[in-house]
Amino acid sequence: MNTRYKMKILFQYLFISGIGLLSTSCEKILPSSPEENEVLDGTIDALSTAETAKFLRGDVAFARVFTSTTGLGPLFVSNSCISCHAGDGKGHPSTSLVRFGQINETGNQFLNQGGPQLQHRAIVGFMPETIPSGATHSTFIAPANTGLGFLEAVSDADILALSDPEDKDHDGISGVPNWIELADFVKPKSNAISKNGKYIGRFGRKAGAYNLLNQTVNAYNQDMGVVSSFSARDTFSGENQDFEVSDNEIADLVLYLQTLKAPLQRNSTNQDIKDGKGLFIKSQCSSCHIPQMTTGPSSIAGINNKTFAAYTDLLMHDMGNGLDDNYTEGTAKTYEWRTTPLWGLGLSKDSQGGKMHLLHDGRAKSIDEAITLHGGEAANSRQRYLALTVNEKQLLIKFLESL
Amino acid sequence: MLKHYALFILLSVISQRAFSQIDSTLFKRIPKTDSSKMNIDAVYNRPFLQVGRTPLGIGGYAELNTNYGVTDGISEGMSFQMRRMTLFLGGSLHPKIKFMSEIEFEDGTKEINIEFAAIDFQFDNIFNFRGGVVVNPIGAFNQNHDGPKWEFIDRPMSATELLPATFSNVGMGIYGKKYTKQWVFAYEAYLTNGFDDSIIDNDFSRTSLSAAKANRDRFEESSNGKPLLTGKVALRNRKVGELGLSYMGGVYNKFQDDGFILAPKRALKVLAIDFNSVLKKTKTAFTAEWAWINVDFPNNYAVQYGNTQNGGFLDIVQPVFKKPLMGFPNSTFYVSCRLDRVDWNTGKFTETSSKIYDETISIMPAISWRPITSTVVRLNYRHQKKWDLLGNPPANSGIIQFGLSSYF
Repeated sequence: MNTRYKMKILFQYLFISGIGLLSTSCEKILPSSPEENEVLDGTIDALSTAETAKFLRGDVAFARVFTSTTGLGPLFVSNSCISCHAGDGKGHPSTSLVRFGQINETGNQFLNQGGPQLQHRAIVGFMPETIPSGATHSTFIAPANTGLGFLEAVSDADILALSDPEDKDHDGISGVPNWIELADFVKPKSNAISKNGKYIGRFGRKAGAYNLLNQTVNAYNQDMGVVSSFSARDTFSGENQDFEVSDNEIADLVLYLQTLKAPLQRNSTNQDIKDGKGLFIKSQCSSCHIPQMTTGPSSIAGINNKTFAAYTDLLMHDMGNGLDDNYTEGTAKTYEWRTTPLWGLGLSKDSQGGKMHLLHDGRAKSIDEAITLHGGEAANSRQRYLALTVNEKQLLIKFLESL
Repeated sequence: MLKHYALFILLSVISQRAFSQIDSTLFKRIPKTDSSKMNIDAVYNRPFLQVGRTPLGIGGYAELNTNYGVTDGISEGMSFQMRRMTLFLGGSLHPKIKFMSEIEFEDGTKEINIEFAAIDFQFDNIFNFRGGVVVNPIGAFNQNHDGPKWEFIDRPMSATELLPATFSNVGMGIYGKKYTKQWVFAYEAYLTNGFDDSIIDNDFSRTSLSAAKANRDRFEESSNGKPLLTGKVALRNRKVGELGLSYMGGVYNKFQDDGFILAPKRALKVLAIDFNSVLKKTKTAFTAEWAWINVDFPNNYAVQYGNTQNGGFLDIVQPVFKKPLMGFPNSTFYVSCRLDRVDWNTGKFTETSSKIYDETISIMPAISWRPITSTVVRLNYRHQKKWDLLGNPPANSGIIQFGLSSYF
């Protein structure tokens, strides 16, 4: 090739590349952020500089991978928070956990045999746990992390106000709190309401955790086998051990969870979605999945006295025999489940590998299937849903997918 | 392990039955690439400066660049990076006894490594002995990794993170070449210290051979007392190109300590194939490498750690403009492109029978200018997609880099 020909090739390449780069939007060259309502991660509004710094440290703690030399195990379920809550969303069946050993409010009868949680994985050289003979169990898929600070800040009085244990309004829906005993390190809120020394649980599928500190410490200990000053008992040996995560790191992680933003609804002004919401209310799904709640006082400005749309009442409801795994926590019955917040439901697939895994153990592969598996107090709503036309069902599901 | 010893001995015997001539390019100021040069020669195929009339040669290379990257709209801004400065020091004590070393300073002095420091007894071209800190010849990039030889600032993912690039170990082995008119055959076989449990217990949260690079104790003591075998055979047709096949394997875990059995022996097996060629008519250069990794570990271990992985890359480099420019008589411009893919975990989830992802792919077009053959100025753009374990929407990255790399 002569020089002129090679120069021609060079400039042709540069020209074509240039045109190619220009014709491709900058977005593809340097990828832009997804729309804020398309992702679950991000902070609530109005974080202070100090809170932002703490949030960022909590984000690092959330992604921290534990190894056998940094505290993992010996028995564990997974090796990091993020492995079960990808993108701060719902978990995948591969990282679900199993709890066993309690069938009524008398407590867990298998605490001395590894209860309440099964650690089905182990570091090299150790054998993982198995479910003891005679113990019933339930599988839990990891819930989404978003908006948890709002749920934590709802007052006990507001939750109790939604409760109707004797179904005085005769709508077929009762709703009761799960009264739980607090671990030593958990301090009740100043306006907490107690009953026989027990307090209202609100986190977890069975509402077995009182607050986000409680939930976080349990996850370190039971999910990853990491001990802290709050929970120093090793799940393998049963003995207290040197701390493997600091109080500061736990505090950072708790604030991270408290200040993750609430999921943002998409296309809320779309008529189909408005109609779907109407059908959701008409079917009385909203009797438990309450559209609006309000937080009480909080030291975090973005959470203090705010109205939010989580679509939950934080109460336990009878969901029928089909969802009764014969396992429970606190004072809840085995067939009772805490109303799952529906916000972020439409983004579930983006954290569950492209497919939905809904209900407490991920058995429902679609919103339609999840609704039809509702029983007990939700049976009437399920029947109303089933009575809708195909088009109406699609509208209702479209609304749920917009959340 | 007996099989490894047997292969080692077999290669030794075969090599003694052949003959050829000694590679004598050590300490040439500028290496002359000829059709007999292969990846195996990379350790000596470098420009050296000879100190007077002494048999001592020194050299090295440096790499620096800018880095501006955006992932899903978030950028940490621009950084200047001094990725590495590497010093070569070699000596010839006797025409058949040579010493060569390569000391690397990465990211300033964040990491200082002896990548290579070996004594070679060059008995015959087909049979040579090497002992010291050697670079395990798995794939081609690990042997032939000097920055100024490549048109891309980033090293291939598959050759740095999947296969541990510049993974060196203490050990010894044999190597050699045999020439015919059209063909060159080369082989290498080493027994070295090996990997350790960190490859399945690390904060990358994935099976990672690279994690073992952090264990500097491997230069002092094997983690488990079992040598790692690394062997490679390569065949070069002088008109077509070079094809290499390499294997690395052995027990990686600490299965015993102080006489107590801790765990069953767990094996690691790596197979790599590499190819390079230059089209005579257009001078288009192709370099490709693909590797498969299999790591044995207990079934009840974390799902994030896969027991099979694979990945590779393809580089296409086209010289487009060669003309004296600004006082450089052999100045050459190149346009290039690299395709790179790694699948860190090739299995399926037990719970759902769906595919496990944890994959990364990237495409990297590049323009480079070589004022002289041993110096390159590079402008790279990299577009990368990274899927998490579950296959959720990928993280999209765009990275623009400008830098230079030169032997000195």
